[in-house]
Amino acid sequence: MAEKLLGSAIRRREDPALITGRAKYTDDLKLPNMAYVAILRSPYAHARITRLDTSKAKALDGVVAVFTAEDVAQSGIPGQVPVGWLLPDMKIPTRPLLAQDRVRYVGEAVAVVVAEDRYTAHDALELIEVEYEPLSAVANPAKAVEEGAPLVHDDAPNNIAFDWEIGDKEATDQAFANAAHTVSLNLVNNRLIPNAVEPRAALADYDPVSGRLTLWMTTQNPHIHRLLMSLASLGLPEHKIRVIAPEVGGGFGSKIHHYPDEAIVSWCAMQLGRPVKWQATRAETYLTDAHGRDHVTTAEMAVDENGKITGLRVHTYANMGAYYSTFAPAVPTYLYGTLLSGEYEIPNIYCRVVGVFTHTTPVDAYRGAGRPEATFVVERLVDLMARKLGMDPAEFRRKNFIPPDKFPYQTPVALQYDSGDYEKPLNKALELVGYEQLRREQEEARKEGRYIGIGLSTYIEACGLAPSSVVGSLGAQAGQWESAIVRVHPTGKVTVYSGSSGHGQGHKTTFAQIVADILGVPYDDIEIIQGDTDEVQYGWGTYGSRSAAVGGSAIAVSAQKVVEKGRKIAAHLLEAAEDDVAFEAGKYYVKGAPDKAVTIQDVALQAYLAHNLPPGIEPALEAAAFYDPSNFTFPFGTHVAVVEVNPESGEVNLLRYVAVDDCGHVINPLIVEGQVHGGIAQGVGQALYEHAVYDEEGNLITGTLMDYAVPKARFLPSFELDRTVTPCPHNPLGVKGIGEAGTIAASAAVVNAVVDALAPFGVEHIDMPVTPEKVWRAIQGAGN
Amino acid sequence: MHISLTVNGQPYTVDVEPRMLLVHVLRDVLDLTGTNVGCDTSQCGACTVIMDGRAVKSCTVLAVQADGSEILTIEGLAKDGELHPLQEAFWNNHGLQCGYCTPGMIMTAYYLLQTNPNPSEEEIRHGLEGNICRCTGYHNIVRAVQEAAQRM
Ligand code: FES
Ligand code: FES
Repeated sequence: MAEKLLGSAIRRREDPALITGRAKYTDDLKLPNMAYVAILRSPYAHARITRLDTSKAKALDGVVAVFTAEDVAQSGIPGQVPVGWLLPDMKIPTRPLLAQDRVRYVGEAVAVVVAEDRYTAHDALELIEVEYEPLSAVANPAKAVEEGAPLVHDDAPNNIAFDWEIGDKEATDQAFANAAHTVSLNLVNNRLIPNAVEPRAALADYDPVSGRLTLWMTTQNPHIHRLLMSLASLGLPEHKIRVIAPEVGGGFGSKIHHYPDEAIVSWCAMQLGRPVKWQATRAETYLTDAHGRDHVTTAEMAVDENGKITGLRVHTYANMGAYYSTFAPAVPTYLYGTLLSGEYEIPNIYCRVVGVFTHTTPVDAYRGAGRPEATFVVERLVDLMARKLGMDPAEFRRKNFIPPDKFPYQTPVALQYDSGDYEKPLNKALELVGYEQLRREQEEARKEGRYIGIGLSTYIEACGLAPSSVVGSLGAQAGQWESAIVRVHPTGKVTVYSGSSGHGQGHKTTFAQIVADILGVPYDDIEIIQGDTDEVQYGWGTYGSRSAAVGGSAIAVSAQKVVEKGRKIAAHLLEAAEDDVAFEAGKYYVKGAPDKAVTIQDVALQAYLAHNLPPGIEPALEAAAFYDPSNFTFPFGTHVAVVEVNPESGEVNLLRYVAVDDCGHVINPLIVEGQVHGGIAQGVGQALYEHAVYDEEGNLITGTLMDYAVPKARFLPSFELDRTVTPCPHNPLGVKGIGEAGTIAASAAVVNAVVDALAPFGVEHIDMPVTPEKVWRAIQGAGN
Repeated sequence: MHISLTVNGQPYTVDVEPRMLLVHVLRDVLDLTGTNVGCDTSQCGACTVIMDGRAVKSCTVLAVQADGSEILTIEGLAKDGELHPLQEAFWNNHGLQCGYCTPGMIMTAYYLLQTNPNPSEEEIRHGLEGNICRCTGYHNIVRAVQEAAQRM
């Protein structure tokens, strides 16, 4: 009899292949007669291409072909990289596979080389002669909208991509007019680079006889890539394309998007009739993976005389980069503006977001995607206001939390929170960190000239993306349901096909846990298949913390359908009425007579033999589900950072980090905690270390791991975790998603801690990353 | 030119271009693809192997420099189907997510425990200085190295 597996911390079935070096990532794959691709990229942020001569490169020994935009055009393919989210009145410039006569960011693809080996392919890049006429460029979104700024696209005046708003402007202005107190903040949410440790890669194989393309690539969502390859880039019919995600080395959003590169690689394979492989270098990763964040924001908060928040007003310039990346327009709008209520009852909110084109790498979803930016705005304002009112920041939060009896709670910014109990994680986190005691220590330390800071972040996120009709009405050119097929074989072994596509999240373990419990079959009898468009019916993929909540729910629903079909067959075998048949731990029996049971394995065999099925029942035992959730899920929690700041050197030392999250039911605590750890590290990275910096000419000056500080082990403490459990009320597993919580909460917690540490100096805000230099300047500038 | 080297106990003679990197010999010539490449500036450590007893970044070693040397890669760590205690500990402690950094991380930890069999948490974090993991936040990697140290 199978044990209950939901909730148990079993170690992952993915790991044996990974810890022995046998797992196959894209670049590990080899095909006979395979050639290698290298891509020539623009060194200029903005320039006209006046001459492009590939003859010397073509003449190099070992070079198979060199292609430019002209060749792509001649081949007659659509050759576009589309945007997958539309906003009202947005400007939509076309994005080509290879730059035609103008380049718009450093790193834009200009030409492509195919050669017999990787070294030769890279050598040949240097032999391609390109003459550029440099044009002036702009990288900062607030500057790009100024009169006279260089235009990225001639048909987007002032570089404005879209101008979007949410909430009630008039009512919010009124709330500010009537406020007892207000605070305001100008902040920059720093541009980040995802930096999955595996750079993007693709291996394309085209069979001219069948007309089929097989594409192995680093993807979080193979079906989306197949769709966009077919519709917009290659023009191959969808059923002639197979996209496979082999082992994928992390994504964090960067492997959601449809980029020109993988399409170029596919096209090369089609042109040449031989397999070709491309492996990005880290330098290419920095220049071409969609970046994250990059907001310039003004935000204000109003309270009444009782310290209750009455209004929130936010204006943001959001950098889109030179073109729209796949889901870019959604990130600073529907994934940002809708989250500005945080955990608080705020009757009036107004947010305006201006999306801006600049001569920089496109910006899109990076772990958290819009929600960390929203949390940062709200949690910083909350701290500022608490200070202004002379209240403890925990107390001010408590006073303004949406109380548990007000759920479902309709925010003024579209979302309806289905459940929540915000004081619980707050109290737990404060207890875990020893809040009262810490405050006393902080006092004592200050007397000795040591500056300790305690920073809270009480966050909410909306994830488990989520009802297709809703995202469709907001502009998504995609659905957001998920598919699952649960197939029981004649011997009772089970194969599950899931539309989720894991790349480090441990789906094969957690999904098998779900199925083992519902079907009552041994965990080891269950195989999970994902990441292959030929095997899996359809899938919208893995991002937005949706795999457990949507993909897992799809699996639960289809497994339950299998149980129900099995019940009909079992009832027939037991000669009982279906309603009288119970199912428990893999066994069907007539209620009250558990000794005379048939197992689900017996039923499976009978279902396949089909010698003796009840009337109207089709042979075989499997079920499909297409699960479209009725709402987003709303994980929440409290994170607390404790820092010590050295006012002389400006150095920030992260002493402790406590996280209490509520992601509903937990399928596997080991994996949930791992997600929180990784998320925190990325949030702390944003707060203290990471920054993608462009100079005035649009050059990325942090284009290597030396200049862009991805946190290392010694930058971080061990984390102290706990959780509360408020199940999601609308999905069958009661799960909410945990992939992004850490990142959403952490940057605000850390910056709040630093600002708290520097309260004696009158410092009210420091932009991220909080480097020693910025700390030092803030202390000097605070005018003490 | 020809070089000879021993990888995971197996002797090989291979023909390489003078500029070829050790990591490409391992991956492309010997088909030992467990060792990964994550960067081009010797920062990420995904390519770490043990060469003549020391941890090296194989993306920074020319194949010709490895002539005559003895190399241990992630594929050579398990013996007779038995996982090495480090592999076991990474598995037990969920010390990996996407797994891309893991071979390099384990080889670095292997070297660390050779030189310091009983490291403190701080020594572990410093010992892993040259290896980047974007998934785990290092928390469980540290736990894994601690557990392995105890078992070795
Ligand atoms: S591949 Fe990054 S250090 Fe060798
Ligand atoms: S497990 Fe993904 S980079 Fe370390």
